[in-house]
Amino acid sequence: MELYLITILLFLPLLGAASMWGHSLAFLHRVPLERIREHYRWIALVIAGLEFLISLILLFKFDSSKSEPQFQLNIPWIEGLGAHFHLGVDGISLWLVVLTTFLLPIAILVTWRVNNNVRAYFTTLFLLETGIIGVFVSLDMLLFYLFWEMSIIPMGFLIGVWGAEREHRVHATIKFLIFTVVGSLFMLVGIIGVFYYSGATTFDLLEITQTLQSNRAAGRELIPANLAVWFWLAFALGFFVKIPIWPLHAWLPETYVQAPTSGSIMMAGVMAKMGAYGLMRFNLPLFPDVSMKFAPWVMALAVIGLIYGALLAIVQTDLKRLVAYSSLSHLGYVILGIFAFTSQSMQGALFQMINHGISTGALFVCVGLITQRRQTREISEFGGMATQMPGYSTAFMIIAFSSLGLPLLNGFIGEILILVGTFSSSVPYSKVFAVIGAAGVVLASIYILWKMQRVLFGAVTKEENKELEDLTRRERVALIPMVALAIVLGVTPMVFLRASDRTVNQVRTAVVQQSSK
Amino acid sequence: MLKWITFAPLIGALLCGFLGKKLGEKFVSLVACGSVAVSMVLAFFAFFTKLLPLPEGQRVVTEHFFTWIEVGTFRADFAYLLDPLSGTYILFITGVGLLIHIYATGYMHGDEGFYRFFAYLNLFMFMMLTLVLGDNLLLLFVGWEGVGLCSYLLIGYYIERQEAGDAAKKAFIVNRIGDFGYSIGVMVAFTTFTSVSFVDKTIGGKLIPSLLTQAAEKPVEAVGAFGIMTAIALLLFVGACGKSAQVPLFVWLPDAMAGPTPVSALIHAATMVTAGVYLTARCSAIFTRSQTALLIVAVVGAFTAMFAATIGIAQNDIKKVLAYSTVSQLGYMFLACGVGAFTAGIFHVMTHAFFKALLFLGAGSVIHGMHEEQDIRRMGGLKKYMPWTFKTMMVGWLAISGVPLLSGFFSKDEILWQTWSSTALPTGLTKTLWFLALATALLTAVYMTRLMVLTFWGKERFDVAKDEGHHKTEHHEGEHHAIHPHESPKVMWIPLVVLAVLSIVGGYVGVSAAWGGSNAIEHFLSPVIAKAAPMIDTAHGAAAATASHAAEAAEAHHDVTTERIFTGISVVVAFLGIFLGWTMFTAQPLRKMPSLLENKYYVDEIYDAAIVNPILGTSRNFLWRILDVKIIDGAINGIAHLFGETGSTMRFLQTGFARSYAAIMLVGAIVLILYFTFR
Repeated sequence: MELYLITILLFLPLLGAASMWGHSLAFLHRVPLERIREHYRWIALVIAGLEFLISLILLFKFDSSKSEPQFQLNIPWIEGLGAHFHLGVDGISLWLVVLTTFLLPIAILVTWRVNNNVRAYFTTLFLLETGIIGVFVSLDMLLFYLFWEMSIIPMGFLIGVWGAEREHRVHATIKFLIFTVVGSLFMLVGIIGVFYYSGATTFDLLEITQTLQSNRAAGRELIPANLAVWFWLAFALGFFVKIPIWPLHAWLPETYVQAPTSGSIMMAGVMAKMGAYGLMRFNLPLFPDVSMKFAPWVMALAVIGLIYGALLAIVQTDLKRLVAYSSLSHLGYVILGIFAFTSQSMQGALFQMINHGISTGALFVCVGLITQRRQTREISEFGGMATQMPGYSTAFMIIAFSSLGLPLLNGFIGEILILVGTFSSSVPYSKVFAVIGAAGVVLASIYILWKMQRVLFGAVTKEENKELEDLTRRERVALIPMVALAIVLGVTPMVFLRASDRTVNQVRTAVVQQSSK
Repeated sequence: MLKWITFAPLIGALLCGFLGKKLGEKFVSLVACGSVAVSMVLAFFAFFTKLLPLPEGQRVVTEHFFTWIEVGTFRADFAYLLDPLSGTYILFITGVGLLIHIYATGYMHGDEGFYRFFAYLNLFMFMMLTLVLGDNLLLLFVGWEGVGLCSYLLIGYYIERQEAGDAAKKAFIVNRIGDFGYSIGVMVAFTTFTSVSFVDKTIGGKLIPSLLTQAAEKPVEAVGAFGIMTAIALLLFVGACGKSAQVPLFVWLPDAMAGPTPVSALIHAATMVTAGVYLTARCSAIFTRSQTALLIVAVVGAFTAMFAATIGIAQNDIKKVLAYSTVSQLGYMFLACGVGAFTAGIFHVMTHAFFKALLFLGAGSVIHGMHEEQDIRRMGGLKKYMPWTFKTMMVGWLAISGVPLLSGFFSKDEILWQTWSSTALPTGLTKTLWFLALATALLTAVYMTRLMVLTFWGKERFDVAKDEGHHKTEHHEGEHHAIHPHESPKVMWIPLVVLAVLSIVGGYVGVSAAWGGSNAIEHFLSPVIAKAAPMIDTAHGAAAATASHAAEAAEAHHDVTTERIFTGISVVVAFLGIFLGWTMFTAQPLRKMPSLLENKYYVDEIYDAAIVNPILGTSRNFLWRILDVKIIDGAINGIAHLFGETGSTMRFLQTGFARSYAAIMLVGAIVLILYFTFR
């Protein structure tokens, strides 16, 4: 069972998708369409819930005293190339996997009323889930690339088919696809380059990392220094686009805005982390020298994005675009933390990835709910929701405060760890970056309070806002876990930090020690 | 036990918040007041049975609850620290807090959001107690931001009012600017000391002394030196300026009066706004290592005191007067800290909590009795309608004005004397600061007298025409003639009486030796407060100064005759202020005040023009519309366009006719052949 735990996680969503198609074969002509749609929804929810429960087993069986991947399964896949079906979960990927399985049922619940191609819609979501989990659990570079691409396509469909406005969503889809696919092609170049120069007969990431490291320890650099820079850039480009890092974020506002709520949740919640995860998994261990050398530059881009995103969020009039830019800002912290190479900053970065998944995910849910009710995203259309929708407003406020980094909520832990870690880092200029990063917290409070005031407070001025329904039971089921988690993560972060401690430190020491050689 | 001091109100908050709506006012009142009462009893119990019996100099009670964050060498616990400083604070926080809770059950009676109000108020108590009991900079920050959150929620309590929302937002954001300094301070402190804790901790198997212990061992940085200790002190002070409304971050506090009056009394006068003073005193070991920092703290404090007092003279909203008065009094406290007299600052925090809470609650009672009228120009002659409010507020008025034998007199006099006799700052400066503080005392007496005269004495002016929109009355014009002021219910004036008593006797814990007292509070606090080193003559350097400072401080102190003369001066000033105010405003209550003062020196307008609008404008018109949309996105679209153009230009090659492809191939082949033949 344990051996195949990850495999089950990978294929259960596909099974879910298949079962919907099977179900329709069996019942389509006997049951009215509306009923059968309801069946799809429940099948999707049950499978996604089951998936989450299974991922919890992973969580409980995980041994946090180990730094190496656990639950490993390694079977030959394409023998001629040396590609393996090699899966495993370590302290870094563990939380990202659980985050993915946690967010999908929520995404299903908040888009329950999607009425257009219901079966295809949930199938797409499940394909997406498999792709994303695959990215986090693959320990083989080719397999990683396969899943990476596999996650992009369903997302493209989600935006293009179930997106917001007919006239914009296709454009948004194309933009998203071109950006990410071009990015991942660069990554493929990197993968092949590393494979070639490491002289390995396999694409196995652990083996290649091992080979490079042991050679480095013996004073041999398998990848010539000038090429290493290019390979690093190739990987980084793929990952930077995905996160995204300023100025590669041009696809982000439009895509986030046009995507359906489920798409925004998954994209901001977990797909952005695929980039950050990739940096920790490939760029740092494979090219410690280059990573160290480029660190100040990457951190500079990170803080630019952090401030830039916040400033732009302040002036947005479209609620979802505001969250999109705030997401850009928050992800700046993650990158800052990763490249400061201290245990606080890197642990903080990982923690911030989880936080961002919960907070930004929940913000997208909140925005989605009122957009659904009012068919508009314009901030000026709202106002006084606190009196109309008290339950909703409470949830919204807690999430908003978690997103602006209020202590005892999750956002604070990530930010303070990243900032403290960055400030004490030995990377050049890191103190400056930490100070600028801290300024981002001030800006965050500006755009978040601004938004909150204009949406929740004040008198109800619009006639349409007077009869709005508060959270339905289904919406409560979706939102409460996120809110609860925001509090739990903020009060007892050690539960989470302990599990990732070993792995993160291993990555960190590998970079710091090897680059100093 | 310490944790239950903080948790009792938290539980209260949860009960009120989740069940209060259903179970009604009675239940909420009981739970809210009850939980604070529990907290108060525990606080007194802990203070008198756990802390006091310990021998002097070792009065430290710690309680570890759980490890909150521990990554690498960075460790912050949920752990509590009860020592004389936090002990003093929890006593008056819970005491004054309970009184205000009781008062508020009357004041908020019948309000739709009764349960919500008390949930926030109880949550505030939790946060405030966490702030002072936290044993490290990060847990302190939890309370610090938490009280900010509650302040935000309570200022914006009247959800429908636009100006309440604006004020709440402003308060939070301005505080955040201060917190920016605080968080960098934490980073620098951690990098310097590997500790953010006020007590010694084992981190990663190694015993790390508290940051205060480590700081105390650092050399003193002279005036003009900007070393690491100066940096930490000043960064923390930026945070203190935000929370305690000092120049330039004071702008939020007057606006914060948009909240219900009990909130103004509890949060924006008695407790939360003194958190900055607490932080400064708690980190006195850091502040005293830097004379630059002390100098800046003192100057900012004295300047704020003076600046706010001048504005206070010209305000017409009863709560605004008190708000500026609070800013001004907070300035006093920082002045005390800056001259090295941290204990005097804390003493004033305490007495101020009594008399300012009293004044605010009195003002609330007046507003209540006047049917939400806040403009003192439209009051007058209220003493016969509201005897209890009048009598108790009179105590508050005399106490803040510095009339002898009342609490404010002792603490203010202590600050004035300490400023004059301080050796921590250049002599010329201490004299100037003393003079500023004295002038502020005069102004304080004047504006408080004005407030009292306009409210309680003279003709009734209930129907004076509205001045152009300066106040926020709820009722309509027509109701003016129908105003029948009335005394507030018992549940409101009894807390007033208790506070009045405290305002009278509260000062006796700090009677200085020159007047035959023992200055108990100073002796009690001094073990946890670092002594400021005497001014460093830059030629000599720090080491010598540190060695001799204890002796000198003791020596410089007891110049009894001079101290008595100075007390005399401040008494004269207090009476002079009252006399001036009385004669000026009984004769002509509605005299026109200078418009520069009435408009608060246009600080808000200046901030808007200089900071807020440029940032918004640049973000909107340059960063977004030009950089993001035109340049970054435009470049991408440009590339796409380039490919498109290239494609359509090259399209003529793709004619679809085999013969043209053959022709092109032929041309290509010829070119290649020629190339290889002639190269």
